[in-house]
Amino acid sequence: MPSVMSSREEGVINPSGETMRSLDDATLVAALLALDPRGLGGVVLDHPMHEQARAFSDAVQRLLPAGAPVRRVPIGVSADRLIGGVDLAATLSTGRLVAERGVLAAADGGIVVLPMCERATVSVRTTLCEVLDSGALRVARDGIGAHHHVRVVAVLLDESVDDEAIHPALIDRVAFRIALGDAIDADEVAALIETVLAARESLADVVIDDVWLSALCQTADAFGVASMRAPLFALRCARAHAALEGRATVSHVDAEVAARLVLTPRATRLPVEPPPESANEEPPPPPPESPDSDDTPPPPEPEEEEQNAEPPTPSAIELLREAVASALPPGMLEALMARANAGSVQGRVGAEEQSVLRGRPRGARSGLPRGGARLHLLETLRAAAPWQRVRGRGLGEKTHIAIRREDFRIRRFVEKTGTTVIFLVDASGSSALQRLSEAKGAIELLLAESYARRDRVCLVAFRGVGTEVLLPPTRALARAKKVLAALPGGGGTPVATAIDIATQQALATRRDGSVPLVVVLSDGRANIARDGTPGRPGAERDALAAASAFAQFGFSSLFVDTSPRGEAVARRIADAMRARYVLLPYADANALGGLVRTARQLAEAR
Amino acid sequence: MRPVFPFSAIVGQDEMKLALLLVAIDPSIGGVMVFGDRGTGKSTAVRALAGLLPSMKVVAGCRYGCDPTANGARCDECRARVARGDTMKSVTSAVPVVDLPLGATEDRLVGALDLEKALTTGEKAFEPGLLARAHRGFLYVDEVNLLEDHLVDLLLDAAATGENVVEREGVSIRHPARFVLVGSGNPEEGELRPQLLDRFGLAVDVRTPKEIATRIDVIKRRDAFDRDPDAFLAHWSKTDAKVRRSLEKAHVKLEALEVSDEVLRRAATLCTTLGTDGLRGELTLLRTSRALAAYENAGSVTLTHLRRIAPMALRHRLRRNVLDDAGSTTRVERAIAELWGDAPAAV
Repeated sequence: MPSVMSSREEGVINPSGETMRSLDDATLVAALLALDPRGLGGVVLDHPMHEQARAFSDAVQRLLPAGAPVRRVPIGVSADRLIGGVDLAATLSTGRLVAERGVLAAADGGIVVLPMCERATVSVRTTLCEVLDSGALRVARDGIGAHHHVRVVAVLLDESVDDEAIHPALIDRVAFRIALGDAIDADEVAALIETVLAARESLADVVIDDVWLSALCQTADAFGVASMRAPLFALRCARAHAALEGRATVSHVDAEVAARLVLTPRATRLPVEPPPESANEEPPPPPPESPDSDDTPPPPEPEEEEQNAEPPTPSAIELLREAVASALPPGMLEALMARANAGSVQGRVGAEEQSVLRGRPRGARSGLPRGGARLHLLETLRAAAPWQRVRGRGLGEKTHIAIRREDFRIRRFVEKTGTTVIFLVDASGSSALQRLSEAKGAIELLLAESYARRDRVCLVAFRGVGTEVLLPPTRALARAKKVLAALPGGGGTPVATAIDIATQQALATRRDGSVPLVVVLSDGRANIARDGTPGRPGAERDALAAASAFAQFGFSSLFVDTSPRGEAVARRIADAMRARYVLLPYADANALGGLVRTARQLAEAR
Repeated sequence: MRPVFPFSAIVGQDEMKLALLLVAIDPSIGGVMVFGDRGTGKSTAVRALAGLLPSMKVVAGCRYGCDPTANGARCDECRARVARGDTMKSVTSAVPVVDLPLGATEDRLVGALDLEKALTTGEKAFEPGLLARAHRGFLYVDEVNLLEDHLVDLLLDAAATGENVVEREGVSIRHPARFVLVGSGNPEEGELRPQLLDRFGLAVDVRTPKEIATRIDVIKRRDAFDRDPDAFLAHWSKTDAKVRRSLEKAHVKLEALEVSDEVLRRAATLCTTLGTDGLRGELTLLRTSRALAAYENAGSVTLTHLRRIAPMALRHRLRRNVLDDAGSTTRVERAIAELWGDAPAAV
């Protein structure tokens, strides 16, 4: 998802006709969020530098009512600290169960900053989503049942590289996504404090005409924005913007700003047919300044002239469309068009589930907290509690709890998280399609039977000069199907790069605590070297080098030679990888699935 | 308490709303699994249901919300009261709709030793968990596919047996925990275990509304609610009250409705055609069509009722067929059309 281009240097006109000093987008977004934090949720900052992100949250904080806290949620936050848990010190010293608020509850009324939001764990993500949805947090853990108000602005820092992506559920719950340009002007922010204060009073009374409400909904639809949260955010944004500028009614300026800030970053396609003529009786006139823009979308130049409230306005929907389209960053239009042509491929879904702890928690058992075992405080206290009276403590005397060696409980985890089968599929040359469909079939079969086992699959395809992780490790069959359906083939054969990528994937898998199994489907006839140059000898040398590098990690692997009569080179690469070599020229999905199943059992037995 | 968006004011999403109402009428149907896109109001609908349900009678002072008229399922305390011959005073209480947060821990779900009491008074008291609170009501798990496995196992066990058995820290407690499990999730973010899926009586798909007019309506109502919840609630209270009365009537009516052998036979044929395993599918078809007939105050359960609820009762029970890429809803509808011809106008 692209972020809105940075500020546009043009004035907006307020009702009295004088040009107000225009704010850059970052400052404007800060003001809007401070004005309606619950309604707008927050913002994704696109790859901010540390100082920029700091300056932004400072700005929001200054514009919020005085005393608003700012809390940073560190990437490895434990559930205890995030949601709240037992206050260890207080519980031990008082002998009563004392609850401790988590980071989120402590941020009520202020700002939560989430760095590296693309790596947010499932628990962080779902908790934050709940907080943004309901403005509250329910705690039901470790003996504590509580309900906290958590009305916060979420500032999510997108620091993704390569194919990492923020989870769509998280993006869906914040109104904005911006890239920070120049530093936020502190004086400008200071000057806004009064304005925001006044706007907060009038926000509830701002009315919006149905024309704009419909136009925002239609614009969202035209740009392929499916979630119903988007038009709602746009509506609130328009209203907040009107309040900020002292208007009692939402004007076209407010609607445009809302469309640009909220809808543009969410655009997934370009409007297909000419805008419907529902909003305005006038026939939609071709925009006067760009006669060629009817069939080809306008080039995304930020400087492009905008219809600045000239009395005969074009229809509401057209105006907003223009606002959205012209704010799309350069290259985005082409990307959207390409995607429209290629059929619907959904963006990558975010990083897979990763436990903060090793393995999955499985309650507690008695034992001493040493050798890496972690104390389960609550269960320890529970174990000790019934004995307090016998041990001469408890009643009346609230200073200490007598805990004995046998009371200690340690956390239990289930270590193994199943196998991750990494398919490395040769999508080059003529037999690409057949190989791919075999791999697809096998993947679907494996996934269909493997969710109970917590197995995952990952698909790396190589063709031309590129190697691509098409499907990061996943258990989700629905998602895998979608990706697989849109897999193209053809081009040269960069075996070396492909093995390199498979090595990385396998290492990452092992770090997650899962057992990797690499399955290569290829005839091994490499013709693209590591540096991208074509030619068989160099390519093969590189492939063998990559294969021996792979071998040193001792991953389980399977090399399925898909050539009709077996290729010597495939054999050599398989040997270098220390992979099991199988010649399977006319493999069907079932045979392949069976093979992988056996290999998986062997991999797990190691 | 935050005001809750009224049930009747939810635009569209008819299948989800109907499924929730039907399990409210006959909890023995089992739970509802809601699959769907983001931002389609899944959670809103479940929370709205809480505001709609008719109230129920519970034993005064019972921590588990026991039914005063229940024959078998009672908690230990109530059983003791009955044994002593105490009069069971009853009070009116709202049907609980309990949220299970994903970060919940086992002790809060099933209940545990009340630590504070144990430490301060030395008394071994049991502190009931969320399962106890959900007794005779609804237990809602948003993104159930992301719930920790061991919690899922606990939930399944309780849902299957209708009681919660706790054996920990020297506490030995069993209490009834009959609840309707409502789960929601996005299948693209993690597959549900088939064992879990099968335990849900009904499964519905919710999609983002496609029509502009509907979308505008959704936004308008949401906005009106956000801006003046009281006025909005007042405006919709009559419609909600009507639904509530229908629910109350349906409860009563349900007892009297018989399902004819003809309808039963048809249900069985449909299940065989679709190759669903076990008897659960047929039972669910039977109960759900009866609940629908009761809700609509019909004189008898007809084929029309059956075919209307068949997709939601069966779509999650089909075996995965790698060769057939059609969605499960399509497969159910196809089978219905093949068996009983095209849909009558009443659907």
